[in-house]
Amino acid sequence: MEDEVPTGEVKKIMYINRKAPYGTVYALEALEVVLIGAAFEQDVHLVFMDDGVFQLKKDQDTKGLGVKNFSPTYRALEMYDVEKVYVEKESLEVRGLTTDDLIIPVEVLGTKEVSQMMGDMDVLLNF
Amino acid sequence: MKFGIMVSEGPYTHQAADTAYNFAMAALEKGHEIYRIFFYHDGVNNGTRLTTPPQDDRNIVKRWSELAEKHEIDLVICVAAAQRRGIADADESKRNGKDADNIAPGFRISGLGQLLEASIQADRTMVFGD
Repeated sequence: MEDEVPTGEVKKIMYINRKAPYGTVYALEALEVVLIGAAFEQDVHLVFMDDGVFQLKKDQDTKGLGVKNFSPTYRALEMYDVEKVYVEKESLEVRGLTTDDLIIPVEVLGTKEVSQMMGDMDVLLNF
Repeated sequence: MKFGIMVSEGPYTHQAADTAYNFAMAALEKGHEIYRIFFYHDGVNNGTRLTTPPQDDRNIVKRWSELAEKHEIDLVICVAAAQRRGIADADESKRNGKDADNIAPGFRISGLGQLLEASIQADRTMVFGD
């Protein structure tokens, strides 16, 4: 079950996180891909948009839900050299959030800029 | 062109598995290559041989197995997602102390790295989900 890590080739990969952290498993399993994927040493970009911006919300309390609060794991992304983290401005705004509400530092981009960046990627993985 | 494919939804509930299959068939027909199909999230449920749809409906799992056999396509089920959802091959079943396995022919269970590796190797990565 060893995964072969191809050497040499570096692709621009973007993980697109669009769903709320709880209610479905997409956010958690997307984060697992990002962490495992770090071993491949690609040019990784993470973008949070739509309800996906809630994934980065500070002070998540999941006690009532009976599921694990995995949000502290986002703080570990830096250790995995995942440093290009973006949040779509409009998604934040319509949900009444600012970057002060987020658990990690991010770069805020408008829809247009996110769209341009997507166009510039080699791989888009949508979650 | 060399395609990598990720299927993120299970069979029957969502159309993603059907669309991914139709895409793969069309791509092959046009002479393209499918480097790998990676099943993630509930997509791992595409790989249980215990699926028994009504006779007048398509058999999505069998269709994948036949595709794998005919075109030698690498069908990979994510191990972490599979463990959560009870999809196991003989090795996985034994390793986790279970009394049965259910993986369909043509599928294999492996790690998430297989998705990344496919994305790097393929010219295009297609995600079929909701």
